[in-house]
Amino acid sequence: MKARTCWDAVCTVEDLVPESGIAVWTDDGPVAVFYLPHRLPALFAISHTDPFSGTNVLARGITGDLKGEPVVASPLYKQHFSLVTGQCLEDENVSVKTYPVLLDGDKIRLEVPIDQSESAVA
Amino acid sequence: MSKKTLIVIGNGMVGHHFLEQFVATPSASDYEIIVFGEEKQLAYDRVHLSEYFAGSTHADLAMGTADWYTEQGIQLRLNEAVTSLDRDQRTVTTPKGQYRYDELVLATGSYPFVPPIEGREHPHCFVYRTLEDLDAIRASAQSGKSGVVVGGGLLGLEAANALKSLGLQAHVVEFAPRLMPVQLDTDGGALLRHKIEELGVQVHTEKATTAIVEGVDARLRMNFSDDSHLETDLIVFSAGIRPQDALARSSGLEIGERGGIVVNDQCTTSDPHIHAIGECALWDQRIFGLVAPGYTMARTLASVLNGDAEAAFTGADMSTKLKLLGVDVGSIGDAHAQTPGARNIRFNDEQAGHYRRMVISEDGKTLLGAILVGDNSHYDTLLQYTLNDITLPDNPETLILPESQGGAPALGPDALPETASICSCHNVSKGDICGAIDAGCGDLGSVKAETKASTGCGGCTALLKNVVDSELEKRGVEVSKDLCEHFPYSRQELFHLVKVNGIRTFRTLISQHGKGHGCDICKPTVASILATCWNDHILATDHVPLQDTNDTFMANMQKNGTYSIVPRIPGGEITPDKLIVLGEVAKQYNLYTKITGGQRVDLFGATLSELPEIWEKLIAAGFETGHAYGKSLRTVKSCVGSTWCRYGVQDSVGMAILLENRYKGLRAPHKVKMAVSGCTRECAEAQSKDFGVIATENGWNLYVCGNGGMRPRHADLFATDLSDEELIRTIDRVIMFYVRTGDRLQRTSVWMENLEGGLDYLKQVVLEDSLGICAELDEHMDGIVDTYQCEWKTAVEDPEKRKRFREFVNAPEQKDPVQQWTTERDQRRPVLESA
Repeated sequence: MKARTCWDAVCTVEDLVPESGIAVWTDDGPVAVFYLPHRLPALFAISHTDPFSGTNVLARGITGDLKGEPVVASPLYKQHFSLVTGQCLEDENVSVKTYPVLLDGDKIRLEVPIDQSESAVA
Repeated sequence: MSKKTLIVIGNGMVGHHFLEQFVATPSASDYEIIVFGEEKQLAYDRVHLSEYFAGSTHADLAMGTADWYTEQGIQLRLNEAVTSLDRDQRTVTTPKGQYRYDELVLATGSYPFVPPIEGREHPHCFVYRTLEDLDAIRASAQSGKSGVVVGGGLLGLEAANALKSLGLQAHVVEFAPRLMPVQLDTDGGALLRHKIEELGVQVHTEKATTAIVEGVDARLRMNFSDDSHLETDLIVFSAGIRPQDALARSSGLEIGERGGIVVNDQCTTSDPHIHAIGECALWDQRIFGLVAPGYTMARTLASVLNGDAEAAFTGADMSTKLKLLGVDVGSIGDAHAQTPGARNIRFNDEQAGHYRRMVISEDGKTLLGAILVGDNSHYDTLLQYTLNDITLPDNPETLILPESQGGAPALGPDALPETASICSCHNVSKGDICGAIDAGCGDLGSVKAETKASTGCGGCTALLKNVVDSELEKRGVEVSKDLCEHFPYSRQELFHLVKVNGIRTFRTLISQHGKGHGCDICKPTVASILATCWNDHILATDHVPLQDTNDTFMANMQKNGTYSIVPRIPGGEITPDKLIVLGEVAKQYNLYTKITGGQRVDLFGATLSELPEIWEKLIAAGFETGHAYGKSLRTVKSCVGSTWCRYGVQDSVGMAILLENRYKGLRAPHKVKMAVSGCTRECAEAQSKDFGVIATENGWNLYVCGNGGMRPRHADLFATDLSDEELIRTIDRVIMFYVRTGDRLQRTSVWMENLEGGLDYLKQVVLEDSLGICAELDEHMDGIVDTYQCEWKTAVEDPEKRKRFREFVNAPEQKDPVQQWTTERDQRRPVLESA
């Protein structure tokens, strides 16, 4: 049974920083949105919470690619997470949640579950 | 089982080395160890004694620390001379008591020989052996203008250098017709004399002193046998050493005809429970007056006492390589061609001031010895030929000819046999190095750590690197300098690409010289290079995504995702008003407050969105960013200096502030720390910094490439008695050269250790402009100083840049729910729990 979701408008194109991430607040908790203008698609969204430290910091990491996979490095302990799958590259047992993301006019929309705000605190 | 007692008499370099070696053996635990030292100080490096006048202290020269002795359980009894030895009872007696031994080691060293000249007891006559001697010489020099060293040997020339550094007109008086008669021949000695006289030291050879009497124009007059005389204010005798064998002599041990405690190959004396090592020991009718053979004896004896029946001292190579008063001198093996049938090849370039002599065997196949003056670059190669009996090439003269005249390049590491000794200080052979590599050492650093090679005098650094590189290559290890998968270049190469091609953005660099999109290794590295080259604001749009989070948000991220703030407090000097502002801001934002090691204040616990507000307040009060987040200059620590301190000789605070303001904001491969001490007491701990400045009566001494932290490194003395302007230009150049050639995240200490040619090379580049780049380095530094901006000031004034500091861009009021706080010692701190 699929949980109910909605496409939430979280910010505008103006808020994005090329080649980097920003954090937004959603009903599903903090989410990091990355804008990599030299890729197609150029938008990625993953949980903002770093699973190794429990802190909300992933949007502040450095983006890049490792063997072609777009990644962000945690600014705290430097593990890499795939922006496509959320998989941690250093530890196969760890991954972060990913969110579908799209550009609607000048709005950035995320697909997030409804009524699950209690899971916001990681 | 009760322990046996091992007593060591003498706490010099060799005695200390013996202890280091012995405590590492299994047998050490069977012994209670007691060490007696006649001097007040712990064993120190006598080889570098003259550095004491250049600003080094006993602690700099010390071989170990009192803590080390305590940790090893060794009883160290300094300032306690042994007065008698009873071999029947097996006891030694000192003014403080009597001690029983099971095994006794004599490491009593030697004493300076003072020729029996009338008047030698004059209070301004000295010897050159201990730190106390040096203190006395220094005191005498303060009221004098000139000084004479009696003895033109190795130590005598060292002493002459010391007198020169004390500001005296130095003279050397030698009985023989030339300087360093033991190591050099006539031509070599003449060249050395010429070079030394050019440096302002006067040399008098073939002079026998008959008497020392009251002087007319100076304190003393030396009368010579040829009826000439020389006036001087002080005299230092350095006419050779004599083994300190008094204790052994009085207890009836076998003594050589001309002194020295007779030992066998096991370094044991005529009494099986008494052993002797170092300069007091006579082996095969020979006394060894150098430290390396002493160390070899120490190692041998440690093995013998550990029960190794094979261990034996079999003589030692007396080859020497020195820099005397800045002049290269080398002497290898049979330098005087005493082997029957030996032949000579000489190269003498009076124009360039180079003299080289090879002594080869009758059949022309082996190199028996060599003499070098003026240029030691051939020393390593020649020494390897001699030590390893490597067959000489058909035209052996090519080994000492300049390359332009068909000279052969240095001996390749492949040509060396496994037994070739690479590091004589720590007795590391090429085979040991290969073994370390086979056991997993994959680079120069780990080979050094594993074998200790090149960690003694450092003379073998270049050779060691060649051997390691060649061996790694042989094993198919590609010595990769690639920064990461995106750039097939080292940081230094990238720096050149950026500079030469005028590249100003990461995107341009990676599209032209790399591949892919970059990563958290190459992006901050390139950001640092771009910042050094062009000095744009680090939050300029193109640079934002390159920075580590600390650089992006110009604050240090802490474990709970909040930041700490460190405003710049140049030289650690702060007004009460500014201090109050720090307190008020910290109180308003409930920031945990701590004084840092770099003499500033760190404010912890600010959230991302609070950072610009806090900085607005700090900037309004006159603060600037402290770059605690950057790979750049952190602080210039200082003591209070001559303004207040009764010992201070220069204004250390003023200089620290000047330096801090000059270099603030400069981006480097890693953080850079500096300190300025107002006198030789060194309260600012400058010698543990990347750049340490210590005031002297005449200006400033500069130390470079020190480090505290995880791997401490004592800074190297780089230049002495600099004026303010000279100091700043010298630091400018060293920093710039480091910034250009350093590797990613390489502190200056590691940079120095990996710099081919080391300290000497760096001096040539910076002080002699050997690469012809100083003008460019100066210009580059001036440009950076001129374009400095406080990054935080620029950021808070720009609404676009401030947008970056929103915690959640769509919810300004939303607090980060994972940041939980508690109170400890009256301040707020994060609740520590992992998710």
